Amino acid sequence: MKLELQGITKVFGPLVANDHIDLVVEPGEIHALLGENGAGKSTLMNVLYGLYDPDDGQILLDDKPVTFEGPGDAVRAGIGMVHQHFMLVPVFTVAESVALGYEPAGPGGILDLGAARRKVEEISERFGFHVDPDALIEELPVGVQQRVEIIKALSRDARILILDEPTAVLTPQETDELIKIMGELKAAGTSIVFITHKLREVRAIADRITVIRRGKVVGEASPESTETELASLMVGRSVNLAVDKTPAELRDNELVVSDLTVLSGSTPVVDRVSFSVQGGEILAIAGVQGNGQTELAEVILGIDEAAAGSVTLDGKELLGMSVRERLRAGIGFVPEDRSTDGVVSSFSIAENLILDLYDTEPFARGVSMNLGKVAENAEFRTQEFDVRLTDIQDPISTLSGGNAQKVVLAREMSRPLRLLVASQPTRGLDVGSIEFVHKRIVAERDNGTPVVIVSTELDEVLALADRVAVMYRGRIVGIVDAREAGPAGINRDVLGLMMAGVPLEDAVQQAAGHQSTLASADAAADGKDLT
Amino acid sequence: MTESTTPAPEPTPAATSPAPEEDPRSGAAILRKIVGGDVVISFLAIIIALVIGGVLIAFADEDVADTITYVFARPTDFLGAAWTAVSDAYIAMFRGAIFDFQADTFNRAVRPITESMTFATPLILAALGVAVGFRAGLFNIGAQGQIILGGIIAAYIGFAFSLPPVLHLFLAILGGALGGALWGFIPGILKARTGANEVIVTIMLNWIAVYLIAYVLTLGKFNASGTGLRSPQVGPNAAYPPLIPDFLVPGNTFRLHWGFVVAILATVFVWWLLERSTIGFEIRAAGANPHAARTAGMSVGRITVLTLVIAGALAGLAATSQVLIDRGSLTAGVAATYGFDAITVALLGRSRPLGTFLAGLLFGALQAGGTLMQSVTSTPIDIVFVVQSVIVLLIAAPPLVRAIFRLPDPDAPPKRARAAAKEAAA
Amino acid sequence: MSTPIVPVTAGTPVDDVPASGAVLGKISYRIPITYAVLAGAALLGLVGTMIGREGAWSQTTEFQSRYGDQWFTIPNFSVPSLLTVILLTVALLAAAVYGYLLTSGRKAVPVWLHIVVGVAFVLAFLTWAGAGKSAVIPVTSLLAGALALSVPLIFGAMSGIVCERSGIINIAIEGQLLFGAFAAAVVASLATAPYLGLVAAPIAGALIGALLAWFAVSYHVNQIIIGVVLNTLVLGLTSFFFSTLLADNSATWNARQPLGVIEIPLLSQIPIVGPVLFRQTILVYLMYATVILLQIMLFRSRWGLRTRAVGEHPKAADTVGIHVNKRRVWNTILGGAIAGLGGAFFTIGSGLAFGREMSAGNGFIALAAMILGKWNPTGALVAALLFGFSKNLGNVLSTIGSPMPSQILLMLPYVITIFAVAGLVGRVRAPAAEGIPYTK
Ligand SMILES: Nc1ncnc2c1ncn2[C@@H]1O[C@H](COP(=O)(O)OP(=O)(O)O)[C@@H](O)[C@H]1O
Ligand SMILES: [Mg+2]
Repeated sequence: MKLELQGITKVFGPLVANDHIDLVVEPGEIHALLGENGAGKSTLMNVLYGLYDPDDGQILLDDKPVTFEGPGDAVRAGIGMVHQHFMLVPVFTVAESVALGYEPAGPGGILDLGAARRKVEEISERFGFHVDPDALIEELPVGVQQRVEIIKALSRDARILILDEPTAVLTPQETDELIKIMGELKAAGTSIVFITHKLREVRAIADRITVIRRGKVVGEASPESTETELASLMVGRSVNLAVDKTPAELRDNELVVSDLTVLSGSTPVVDRVSFSVQGGEILAIAGVQGNGQTELAEVILGIDEAAAGSVTLDGKELLGMSVRERLRAGIGFVPEDRSTDGVVSSFSIAENLILDLYDTEPFARGVSMNLGKVAENAEFRTQEFDVRLTDIQDPISTLSGGNAQKVVLAREMSRPLRLLVASQPTRGLDVGSIEFVHKRIVAERDNGTPVVIVSTELDEVLALADRVAVMYRGRIVGIVDAREAGPAGINRDVLGLMMAGVPLEDAVQQAAGHQSTLASADAAADGKDLT
Repeated sequence: MTESTTPAPEPTPAATSPAPEEDPRSGAAILRKIVGGDVVISFLAIIIALVIGGVLIAFADEDVADTITYVFARPTDFLGAAWTAVSDAYIAMFRGAIFDFQADTFNRAVRPITESMTFATPLILAALGVAVGFRAGLFNIGAQGQIILGGIIAAYIGFAFSLPPVLHLFLAILGGALGGALWGFIPGILKARTGANEVIVTIMLNWIAVYLIAYVLTLGKFNASGTGLRSPQVGPNAAYPPLIPDFLVPGNTFRLHWGFVVAILATVFVWWLLERSTIGFEIRAAGANPHAARTAGMSVGRITVLTLVIAGALAGLAATSQVLIDRGSLTAGVAATYGFDAITVALLGRSRPLGTFLAGLLFGALQAGGTLMQSVTSTPIDIVFVVQSVIVLLIAAPPLVRAIFRLPDPDAPPKRARAAAKEAAA
Repeated sequence: MSTPIVPVTAGTPVDDVPASGAVLGKISYRIPITYAVLAGAALLGLVGTMIGREGAWSQTTEFQSRYGDQWFTIPNFSVPSLLTVILLTVALLAAAVYGYLLTSGRKAVPVWLHIVVGVAFVLAFLTWAGAGKSAVIPVTSLLAGALALSVPLIFGAMSGIVCERSGIINIAIEGQLLFGAFAAAVVASLATAPYLGLVAAPIAGALIGALLAWFAVSYHVNQIIIGVVLNTLVLGLTSFFFSTLLADNSATWNARQPLGVIEIPLLSQIPIVGPVLFRQTILVYLMYATVILLQIMLFRSRWGLRTRAVGEHPKAADTVGIHVNKRRVWNTILGGAIAGLGGAFFTIGSGLAFGREMSAGNGFIALAAMILGKWNPTGALVAALLFGFSKNLGNVLSTIGSPMPSQILLMLPYVITIFAVAGLVGRVRAPAAEGIPYTK
């Protein structure tokens, strides 16, 4: 089926998220939509999917204009979508999730769950998905949840499949699998709109590439373009993703984690983890989302409780201390989910800047707060961290993601630190903010603070880390030294395999013998670069 | 999750093409703000509520019922009867709540406003407690029980001891606050320790308090009269002195007492607590986002307990204004329905101290006015509940009020500007 | 992560079976502690207060199961009071120990143990209360009264479930019960037909539900605010009309119109439970039907699946073409109707005229039962019955006279509910999107 979008415009209040976007997807092609975070990709697809009403423009399917009152209409017209944030009800089973909205039912509306189950099994078999129809969604790893989403779309005979940032939650190897599946779907005649902000992927997958920047189409590109070309098209200027950093100068102060175990119910989510980080180095914890990194970070701060093991900072045991005591002991903590854990969105920027300092001098004397000092602090910090704002007394919800993250960072770095733990420090940020945040983190390291970064983005891991620990199912699969191995040693393939649980040595061997789809695409493109 | 709460892109100049905004200082914009703003909405909500109340009054009036049988023959009779019924009721209400212009002495004429303030005192205090709970994200339905417990202890201190002036009153007030605090502590500690839902626990504690006071009133010291209905009277030193001294309004019989000053002080205290103290910072943070509060090192369990203790203490103070009065004593009805009305008052006041204070005054006035209305017209005081609830409902839904009166929305950009935005996007 | 997921990679993943010596989580001793507290209460409060009494060993307690006409009746029987109480207390202690052993061995405590503990404690209490009294303990009427007190609670709790499962918090159950009671009484009285009252009650409740839905969905008003305020509104309206219309002419407006008792043949002849369950008005049979139907529909039907989806993750529901707000509106109206029907029990269901504030806080107790039952129809049913039973226990004991002051006995249901919430249930998981207005 051919899809055409003409002049799609979508306005949120003062913000024009989509500005007269034109897009043509030919039958059976994989069309990549490339753009930075916040460029308006998801918005465009939500308009196409009937979730948002466009303020202007029209949608044509096979050259016939259509209007969708809601997603129901879009699905009937043959459009399927796998959302960036999965649209799955956590307490449902896979079969129920797939059936929802299109339930096979008998008299009285009683569900025919048998039929729903068979449908899941059938599609699951066809593509080798290995999904159990009776599993509860909330108990499935994200990678499998994504497959459930794809099954959902396929079960409704989607002829155009939209995949919104599908690779964000996958290991490189799982990404390879996904690419294979997309190939099969394409062969079966399905058109695919593939959304990403990762440059490497589009070249491996796409037949055609459309680049969006700040709500506008800024150009089309062929998969043969180089990464640099795509990057400058996407960002609007040339970017340098590498972070300038000098070799680490190690100090004596250190964080030592040994045999640390965290349980969820009775299953270990962090399983006898040991590592140490010295002052002046950055240890990155890599891994696919949901392999225990979140819990590891939280147990260091004391939000989660450890079942066994020890965590010492400069020789002092942290376990058993309250969160407050640990913060006072000099831990700076940037939580993974800024909006739920990092800020109170109804609080002002100034208040958020003292969220964990509100009862200390000079902001408080006894129980009485000194609002003058709070405001002073806010003026100073927001300037230091280049936070773009109108007024420090505005609620922080008025800030963009990048600026809100800078506020969190400014707060956490505004006291002398003995340890910095930052989870997904640049998730959802634009390139400019990413650069800024990375620079500040490296500066903290150069100050002699031990730094732990938790990141699911390999690019970020490779850019920041002095050493990389890869986590899989709660364990540390291996720790790789970035200084010794050099660019040839720890390449993406090795880390990728480790992220799927393959021990270091095996990973090195396997990576040598087999090249991933992405890597071969890199190689092909690099070859072109040379010519 | 992150995405949905990430509001806007980097506000760099090229970022967006924002809709051309109307100058916020222009006359039209200011007018729209005033007409569509909070004060006007509140005023109109009160008007609508009174109109609805009027319809009910007319509906239940016998003269109106008589005229309705021939309404098509002589509609003026019907309208006249309805007008008389409604205006009589509302005039009585005004005379009971604010100023009695038919009174023969100055003393009697101004008494109503002091009555309103008297009725408002326990409402304000209990509602402040509910409001503090709301701000911490806790739905404290337990003011009723907290008032009862405060009443029991305040009364006991009041009648069982004989202490010097000031000290006796002070201790009795403190006792009232402690009693309420105790009843707030229970749901607090249970929630913090076991996760027990505070809504359920406070509802249950209200009932337990009802039976507890019935039981306490049968006990030795409380049951001096032997009826089990009423405790001995509190000592003269334990009663709030009248607020308006005799030399200001000679020979006055006002019930208004220093409890009202306690309510004012409590309002100021709650404002300070919430807006200027570290405890309030914690309460507001835990209420708005408990996860972030925990990550920032606050103990949400401790905050829960502390908040409910403070809330209970405020409700306990409400009891003192009922018990520690001239010839006051403890009865099973000490809490009346103040604990439940307090929820509505706190909601109307949007859980802000000043808002709650004003809402309490309004409800106190309606109560005082309703009492007189009931005694001089055939309209029962229950109409006050209807008026109160309609006011809160409408104030909570400004778009509805604006729709009824076809007012512009002060927040929405005017139509022209929106069209211009589209063009700009083009 | 129990599902058999085949790793996607070609590599050999590290084994994911926890090796021996793996760390185990902390054990929550909530349940055995609760048992132990009950056993301790029995030991000190019951055995302790009896054993010193003069002639305690010779006292007996008499139980009665006769209730109306029946084919077979079990004759009254007596038990030696102190011995029975001691035996039951020993059983409680044994249960506490068994519960501790199970928990410390990381095994789940079975439901039957809860039931055994509950029954043993209640029997011990009854035996203690009736010791040496001439009055008998009327077992069957105790149960019948318990059911009667539970009926509006059960309807209310079902109403709450229908609304909250779709994401709308219904604090207005109290008002819906009251309005249902009012409408049933007035319509039945005006038409002198109790069954018409049965039609009016759900309509009245649905009206309140519709108001709730309107303000919640169209104006995004905080649902707790609306609920609280609607309760006040209904209280004001019904009291106003009660003092004016109904009081002035009660023969026309507020005459008693009881629903007739329908006896189910055979079933009603079962000893003890037969007359309790099957000699009832149609309203009670409707209650049975509502609970059973709701339990099935919520988890097995298209309606239930969509309702739960809308309450847990409305956006996900929207993406598969389900109209979130429409579903919420209809569910809230349906929920209102169910509570309204329950309200009819106060008037025509009990053969009473309407009285001011007749719902007497039952709506809030129903809310508690719903939460205690974790938003499940059967769970809420059990919680409501538990409440009704303990309430009636208090009533019965305070009339036949017991060693405890009646005011303290009447606290029983509320104390027990707090116990259940804090001791057995703890943190509960409400529908995830509850109370949050849905906008795209
Ligand atoms: N529902 C919404 N309301 C207001 N602004 C929104 C909404 N959805 C997205 N936006 C804003 O629109 C812009 C584009 O967002 P999005 O389409 O999600 O970007 P992308 O998917 O390319 O990362 C962002 O600035 C985002 O904050
Ligand atoms: Mg997106």
